[in-house]
Amino acid sequence: MSSNKVFALLRKEFTLEWRQKFAIGGVLLYLVSAVFLAYLAFDGMIPLNTWNALYWLIMLFAAMNAILKSFIQEHDSRQMYYYSLVSARDYIGAKILYNALLMIVLGLTGLVVFFAFMGNPLNSPWIFLANMIFGMLGFAAVLTLVSAIASRVRNSFTLMAVLGFPLVLPLLLLLIRVSAASIKGAGFLSVAPDLLIIALLVLISLVLSMLLFPYIWRE
Amino acid sequence: MKDIKHNWWKLLGIILLVYVIIGGLLFEVPEMPVIRQSIRNIYFHVGMWFGMLFILFAGMVFSIRYLLNNRPDDDMKALAAVKTGLFFGVIGLVTGMIWARFTWGSFWVNDPKLNGAVLGILTYLAYILLRASVDEQDKRARLAAVYNVFAFVLYFVFIMILPRTATASIHPGIDGNPALATGDLAPEMQKVFYPAMAAWFIIAWWLFTLNFRSDRLHRKITDYADITKENDNG
Repeated sequence: MSSNKVFALLRKEFTLEWRQKFAIGGVLLYLVSAVFLAYLAFDGMIPLNTWNALYWLIMLFAAMNAILKSFIQEHDSRQMYYYSLVSARDYIGAKILYNALLMIVLGLTGLVVFFAFMGNPLNSPWIFLANMIFGMLGFAAVLTLVSAIASRVRNSFTLMAVLGFPLVLPLLLLLIRVSAASIKGAGFLSVAPDLLIIALLVLISLVLSMLLFPYIWRE
Repeated sequence: MKDIKHNWWKLLGIILLVYVIIGGLLFEVPEMPVIRQSIRNIYFHVGMWFGMLFILFAGMVFSIRYLLNNRPDDDMKALAAVKTGLFFGVIGLVTGMIWARFTWGSFWVNDPKLNGAVLGILTYLAYILLRASVDEQDKRARLAAVYNVFAFVLYFVFIMILPRTATASIHPGIDGNPALATGDLAPEMQKVFYPAMAAWFIIAWWLFTLNFRSDRLHRKITDYADITKENDNG
């Protein structure tokens, strides 16, 4: 893996995103609408654990949307071009990194929108933030590979959800637990074991994605 | 004679299972409050769970082998293993639910181990769906193999980690592996439990080979039908 190539690919992703602002705009609008919808559906009265569950569910759906397009938008011929330039590991590495950054931006935006509509229940914001960053890395690590699989078959969108849900669920449950603790105002030491397990899950997903992606790309 | 030489393990499986059914239903078990005689379910329900994990693990190994050397047989074996695993998973769930009805008073409770079982079934149903969504044989085999490896490792990590971190689980065997931890199981039950696990492993493998052979025959028939159709048209 060469950091030069990963960096070049990363820059390409940012440039692409900048040129087609409607794509990221779409995901952001989706996020805001979903939060607003939840706000209206709950009639403005939102208990703390519901706040927590809603945040992560909406982030999960936004992640599915945002990450699925990372492979669908690339045409076959362009993929051939990348294939001749960089190794599969550089390519998936850059994709995961980019998706993780994108998801962190979405997570922060989501947080702001949540604060605006439903108030700020966080008692340990730094734990929430650390947890969120781990979580977004994990979403990116798992869902990028799933999106690589789903983009190659019929009805990609359904398949993305069906394949992705069971795989991110363990991570999601842990994230929801830690973030519930951060709402209650837990100390860092009490959530450290959970954060460690989350980090472990993220690491395993990353290694697996790196190992397995070359087999998908070989067409 | 040749049959016995090749298939002695099937015979062993049958003998063990007959022993387990007789012993499991008739031998002494410790008298425990609430659980009472329903403790005998352990020989059957836990066996489904181990059988499922064993055969799904085998499926992952076949998927890795397929990725390494692209033999279509390995892909079909992985599929057969997943089908067998799903079968065991569903039966494990049903035997667990019947037991839960009489012990906990309801068919379903919100418990990490139960949710883990459902998650496994969802994961592998998704595998079947993925295969159904691809037409080209080679591409289907490759995508399915990648998903299978990814899914099994993540699933395994999940069932190892989550029940341990969860604060409350009413499912027996709090410390991770139900019934295998030493001292967890009464000695008079061990003499049925271990043969039972061996029997279920053998049965799982046997079912898997049957699944694989029937799939292979099915493919041969459809391939043959395709060829004859082409000849007729030509």
